[in-house]
Order: sequence, then C-alpha cells, then structure tokens
Amino acid sequence: MSTLLSLQGCTVRFGGLTAVSGLDLKIGPHDLAGLIGPNGAGKTTVFNIITGVYRPTCGSITLGDKAIAGMKPNRIAGLGIARTFQNIRLFASLSVFDNVRAAFNLRLKHGFSHALFRFPAFYREEADVDRQVMELLDIFDLGRHRDVLCKNLSYGDQRRLEIVRALATRPKLLLLDEPAAGMNPTEKEALTRLVRFIKEKFEIAVLLVEHDMKVVMGICERIFVLDHGVKIAEGNPGEITKNSKVIEAYLGEQPPEAGTADA
Amino acid sequence: MARTISLLRRSHPEKVGLRQWQAWEHGNMSGTEFFQQLINGVSLGAFYALIALGYTMVYGVLRFINFAHGDVFMIGAFAGYWLTPKLMPHFPGAWMPVGVCVVLLTAMALCAGLGIVIEKLAYRPLRSRPKLTVLITAIGVSLLLEYGGQYLFGPDPKSFPDLITDSALEGTGALTITRSQIIAVGVTAALLAALSFIVKRTKLGLAMRALSNNPTAAALMGVNLDTVISFTFGLGSALAGAAGILWAISNPSIDPLMGILPGIKAFVAAVLGGIGNLPGAAVGAVLIGVVETFVGGSSFSSYRDAIAFSVLIIILLFRPAGLLGKAQVEKV
Amino acid sequence: MSRYLRSKKVWLLLAVLGSALLSRFSGAINEYYLQVIIFVGINITLAVSLNLINGYTGQFSLGHAGFMAVGAYTASIVTLGVPLPLVTYPEPSAALFARLLGALVLAFDHAVNAVLWVANSGVAAVHGLPLVLQFVVALVAGGILAALTGLLVGVPSLRLRGDYLAIVTLGFGEIIRVVIQNTDAIGGARGYSGIPNYTTFFWAYAVAAATIYIVVSLIDSTYGRGFLTVRDDEVAAEAMGVDTTKYKVVAFVLGAFFAGIGGGLYAHTTTYINPAGFDFQRSIEIVIIVILGGMGSTPGVAFAAVLLTVLAEYLRFVAGYTFLPTWLRQLAANRTIIYALVLIALMLLRPQGLFGGLRAFGASATRKVPKAA
Repeated sequence: MSTLLSLQGCTVRFGGLTAVSGLDLKIGPHDLAGLIGPNGAGKTTVFNIITGVYRPTCGSITLGDKAIAGMKPNRIAGLGIARTFQNIRLFASLSVFDNVRAAFNLRLKHGFSHALFRFPAFYREEADVDRQVMELLDIFDLGRHRDVLCKNLSYGDQRRLEIVRALATRPKLLLLDEPAAGMNPTEKEALTRLVRFIKEKFEIAVLLVEHDMKVVMGICERIFVLDHGVKIAEGNPGEITKNSKVIEAYLGEQPPEAGTADA
Repeated sequence: MARTISLLRRSHPEKVGLRQWQAWEHGNMSGTEFFQQLINGVSLGAFYALIALGYTMVYGVLRFINFAHGDVFMIGAFAGYWLTPKLMPHFPGAWMPVGVCVVLLTAMALCAGLGIVIEKLAYRPLRSRPKLTVLITAIGVSLLLEYGGQYLFGPDPKSFPDLITDSALEGTGALTITRSQIIAVGVTAALLAALSFIVKRTKLGLAMRALSNNPTAAALMGVNLDTVISFTFGLGSALAGAAGILWAISNPSIDPLMGILPGIKAFVAAVLGGIGNLPGAAVGAVLIGVVETFVGGSSFSSYRDAIAFSVLIIILLFRPAGLLGKAQVEKV
Repeated sequence: MSRYLRSKKVWLLLAVLGSALLSRFSGAINEYYLQVIIFVGINITLAVSLNLINGYTGQFSLGHAGFMAVGAYTASIVTLGVPLPLVTYPEPSAALFARLLGALVLAFDHAVNAVLWVANSGVAAVHGLPLVLQFVVALVAGGILAALTGLLVGVPSLRLRGDYLAIVTLGFGEIIRVVIQNTDAIGGARGYSGIPNYTTFFWAYAVAAATIYIVVSLIDSTYGRGFLTVRDDEVAAEAMGVDTTKYKVVAFVLGAFFAGIGGGLYAHTTTYINPAGFDFQRSIEIVIIVILGGMGSTPGVAFAAVLLTVLAEYLRFVAGYTFLPTWLRQLAANRTIIYALVLIALMLLRPQGLFGGLRAFGASATRKVPKAA
C-alpha cells in the first residue's frame, strides 16, 4: 500500500503540557480514516500540526515525498491538504458562492496584475472559476443558495459548505474536524453517505476526527485511537471495538482527566 | 537644552552633529549628572506607572486597550485645578497636608466615577461586538474628552495652582531632588501598596483576577462581571486621576491635550512590562521614564517623543508578551 | 462578459475624460469653492485607499497621515527642485570607542549622501521635463516612497492584530512626523513652502477615479476575494491556501501608495505643508470617513468623503454665523467633538457605517454568473 501522509514520532508540547507524544500515523491515497479518542486526547492538535497551524515539537510529517512539518498553512493547503474546523469557520461576510470562490485563489494562474488590467485571459479564467464553483455547489445541492450570506445558512448547510470550500482547493487529503457535531441522527446518516460519496467522486483520502462512534464506525475503514496524546490502538472498526485498551480509555476504570489540551 | 539645540540647528545645521560628537567623545556625563538623570527618570516613571496600571488592569479583564485612559489622567489634573481653590482655604497652616490628601482623594473619586460612566455608556453595550468596534469607540471617547475639554476649559494652557510649594530639598549635595518628586514617588508607592492589597486580599480583587484568568469560568462561579468590570475601570481611573494631580504639581501648565503623550507612553510601559501584568506595568513604567529622561538629556532630545513608539514597535516585534508576560497560544 | 469589460475600464476612461472636461470650466467657479471641491477629490483618494487596508483587509491602520506626509514632502521636493544639502561628515577622533562609533556614523553618512546625491540628480533631471510631466513624476515618486514606507509598516502587521496593530501604525505615523520635524533640509517644524500650485480639478478627480477603479477591480476578482478572507478569518483563509502575508503587505503597500499620491496632490494645492498637518488627528479624519461610509464599501466611503469634507467646510461658516448662540458657534468651530460623537454613535447604533450593508453600496458584491452553469 502506498502512503499519502505519514507522521513519524510527532510530539507537541505547550509549555509543560504534552498534547501529543510520539505519534506515528500512515494514511494511504484512498483511505477513509478516523481519529478517535476521549475528550482532550489531542485529536485536534494532530490536525493542527498536519495543516501547519502548529509546528510539532519534534517528529516529521511527510505528504507524498515532501516534508511538511513547520510549513506555513497556506503552502500545505497548496500541496493538497484541506480541512474543516470543529467550530465552523466560514468567511462570515461573504456569500456562499464567494466562500467557495475564495478557495480557488490557490490555483489561480493570474493574480494581482490581471485583476487590475483585466485582459481577456482574466475574464476567461474568472468564467472558468465561476463554472467550477457552481458545479461544486450544485453537486452538494447548495447552488440555490448561491447569493445567500453564509451566516444565514442553516447549520447543516454551513457544515456542508465548509466541506465544499475545502474541496475547492482540490485536496489529495481532506481533514474533517468533528463533522457530525451538533447533528441529529438523520443528518448524521446523510453525512455518512456524503463522506463516502466525496471519497468516491473526488478520489481523495479522508481523515476525520469524531466523537460519535456510530458515525466513525459507519464511515471509516481504518481507525486510530488516541488517549492522552498517545496512540493506543489502530485497525479496522471490528478490531477497534474489541480492543481492551480502547474500551478502558472510553469507559475507564477511572474517569478520564478533564482539562487537558484539546486546542 | 532642547531649545538651544533646535536653535543651533536652525542657524548652523552643520555644527550640531559635531557638538553631539564631541559630547560623546569626551564622555562628558559625570557621575552626578548620571544619578540626577536617574532620579528624574524614576520620578517620571512613577507617573507613568500610575497610568500604566489602569491600562493593564482593563486589558486584564476585558482584553482591550482603553484608548481614553490617558485623557482620564488629564481630567484628574483639571479636577485638581478646579478643586484646589475650593477646598484648600478650609485647610490653613498645619492642616495643609490633610487638604492635599482631600483634594487628591476627591479628584481620584471623580475620575473613578468618570471611568465607570465611560465603561457603562460606551463600552458595556459593545461587549459582545467585535474588538474593532470597541477600539473605534474608545478612540471616539478619547477625542470627545480631549476636544470636549478644549470646548469647556478652552484650548490655552492653564496654570495649576500651588497645591504644595515645590522646592528643591536641601542636603542632597550636588543632586537636585524636588519636593514634588518625593511626593510623586511616595504617593505612587502608597497607591501601589493599596492596589496590591485590593487585588490580592479583597474579594473584588480576587474576582478581578478570576475574570482576567477565564471570564466564562468566573461568570459560572458566580462572579458578577458587570460589577467587577466597573470596579476595575473605577480603580484604574482613580490611579490615573492621582497621576494627573501629581503631574500637575511638578508641571504646572495643564491643557486638555496633555493626556495624549503620557497616555501613550504609559501604554507602552504596560506593553513593555507584559500587558495584563500589574508588577510588569510598574517596572515597564520606570524603564520608560528612565530611558526618556536620558534621551531627553542627550542631544537627541527632540526625538524624545518618538522613543516611546520605537520601544513599542521593537517589543511588539521581538517579545510581544512583554518582559514579565507569558506567551499565549491562539486556540484554533 | 464583454459587457463587463465595458463597464469598468470604460467607466474609468469616462471619469478621467469627464474630469478633464470639467476642469476646463473650473475657472468659472469661486476659488474657495474650487479648493473645497479639490479637497473632496483628494479625500476620496485617501479614504478609498485606506478602505483597502482597514475595510477590505481588516487591518486597522491609524497611520494614513504618515504615508500622506511622505508623499507630500517627496512630491514637493521634486517639483521645487531645490537640491537637498548633503550631510557633513564628523571629524575623526582619537578615542577608541569613539573611533569605532565614528566609523559607523561615517558609513551611515556616506550612505545617506549617496541617496541624497541620487535624489538630487534625479530631481535635476526631472526639471528638464515639461511641467505636466514634472508633476506626474513628482506624484509617482511620492507614491512610491510612501509605498516603501507602507512596506515597512506592513511587516509588523504580519505579527500583530487589532488594537496592537492600530497603535503601532499610529506610532509609525508619529515617528514619520517627528523625523520630518527634525529635518531642517525640508523646513523642520516651520514647514515647507512655495510649492507650485499644480493640482487642478482634473488631477484631483482623475487620481480619485483611478484609485476607485483599482480598488474595485482588485476586490471584484477571485484574486481579490483573498483580501476579504483575511479580514473574515485569517486561520481559515490560510487553511484554504490564501497567502495572508502577501495580501496584507499588498494592501499596505497599495494603500500607502495612493495615500502618498493624495499627499502630493494636497501639497500642490495648499502650496504649504508642515509636519503638524499630518498628525494623528489627520489620520483620524480619514478613518472617520471610512467608518462612516462603511468599512469595505467603496461607494459608501467615496460618498462619505464628499459628505464629511463639505460638512467640515460648512461648519466653518456656521462658526461665523453671528445669529447663533456662542456655545453652538464654538462647537461648530471645534469639529473634532462632532467627529467623536459621530464615531461613538455609529459604533453603538450602526457599526457597519451609514452606507455599509446596503446592497446599493456594494455590500455583498456577488457577481452575476452566466446562467449556463
């Protein structure tokens, strides 16, 4: 199996607190992987080091054959990693259309000078972007909300729009941070189908962080379990449900400590 | 000194560089002069400390820079200007020190009230709005106090009445230490001690610290945010008011725009010490005061007011958490 | 699509031609009114360019007057054509410490003089040109120097946000002012006078039109949406591959460039400039225009520039109306109080500005997409 993303011995410390320690992780180009763990296990921190928001204290991260640890987030996005956020972070003052359009920024051939001088090539590219944005929006049934300000969308639509925006950067790997948070069972069902659909349609790998075991078990083919920043198990859903360490971490002989970094 | 140099610059611009040069070369700053500048710097720093504490406290609880704080300092000076002729005649002879205290405390109370009113009318309705909105409002309040002051008191400088007769102390050898300097440093020290008591030992002080640590948790634990924020504004403004009077005693010419520069320098001091950090603000203020005095005494005196900004830019670029502050990681 | 092409470039052309045409008739207007009308044009340039930084990119700058000062002084030096005096070198000295320091000072002085020499030869060369070209070169030179200053200020903006950035830009503006105040070659605190009166109606409005064209075309493109994402959510913007650093620097450099040109125009209509004219209050005046117009709305800001400039002049008249009570006349004379009240009231009641958030003023300028999609 070839590897798309690999983390080797990644450790993140904030002051005296170790959020993630010695993490190894491998994701193939067509994987549907899940990262689970109790509150404060360091899941979002893993996302943040993969996307360049934080630099790992030590360890290496490679995407394809490029070392990306410590690169700026926008460069990592350019190399093919896109993400959504736990607490939706859309561009609040922009319309649905513009939210997605902004993500095309990355792949623009023409920049500043073309926007100023407006040669025919500029209009060709803009028309091309418009078409692609609409295509994407229509695939996810957001086309009819094109001109709506994104803050006026329903919660479910906002989550979906955030995924569309991430897809607009044409990623090889899509990171979803708690995509099912705040959804009802029907919506979760739809989300499960959506993620599978994205993987098939765009032929990309997906890594998601999720609390809801049902969603994770329903979507993921490969699961990593984190507890206190350490990977305690890895395998397919069947293996994970039987793993005694996982059961202990979740149900525990003692309640898991609260208040550790899940930044 | 500053004037001589600028005059010289006008008549013989080419000579100034040379003069500066010779001063350097002969190392003509004597030990006495050095200590003199140090004393002046520390007493200047005392004013800045009183103002800086207000910036830092408000930042601690609200995470915002109260642009109008320097103008509360100006109001303090004007309160003294207005109160002195009204109150001092009641305290003749030996009662004079009591009178000074009464004037000081009344002015502080007025400023505290002003601070509380400003917070209540201008900042409280905006508490959940974007920071920029509050910042713009603060600029508005600052302009309102400055130019409203000009409108009410007139734009010309007023001469502050002799609250205490300022004179140089005797028996200090070659050094000049004035009475106002002693009073400024003494009052500052007393107020700092009182502040430290309030913050560390009282319930409201505890609530203030809780709020600056984690507002949500503090509110959940039953801390009344409105009360604590009002209290913080009141406390900070009272200190600024005291600074205003002390300032006016040693620089008796007061005008409605007098708060701008000391305000900015005190702000720089707060950032230098680590904003939100009370001892840091005091340390930063003394440093700024000393640096300013030394620069003011050198041939670069006309750049004196640019120094504070340069210091600010350098700190923010290289150590944004300040000298005593801790770096914070932004949550994503 | 070609309809689109027509609209923006043709509008710019029409605006420039229109200003040229109207400029022909400017002799017919009272000189004072003409001056106010020219100020309106300059303020449009200043406010629209500040709006790129403060409104569209969300970087709150309080130092626009500083950029303006750089442009005003540079342009005036070029059109006046009086060579700047070179720095005199210090005499060598004996003490070791002083010798080391002296070497540094000497090197610095040599560098300064090299720059001055280049500048003086440049100015001398420009003076062989016709007056119109001299003026254009002067304005552009002012713009470029201001843009370089903008680059200097833009760099800290990469690490600072909100209040801190505001106060640092304020600081840069003040430092620029203090430096000018202490530079005798350009008049120091006394100011710089005798600047030729080159700014006509045409120049004020052609530049305003060009500024509006540039800001609007920039924002109305996929590239330009990047500015808005920086304002809305920097972390999300970076995660979507937007190079936020580049956008902030571009905003500061371009904003400063036009502030510099605006400063040049200003100097060539007042014919006298001094450092006090470019203080914090001047920056605040431009900020107020932007806030009143609605941050991130170019038409709103341009309209507010007209409104506030005319209002400020009108208040001068009000201050002179003897039938009004004294307190009212004094209030009118002290217009900063009115600005302050407007600011506070706006923030409490309508933070998006008078015209921001209105569709007619380009609130969410979503482009029409071909229906074929």
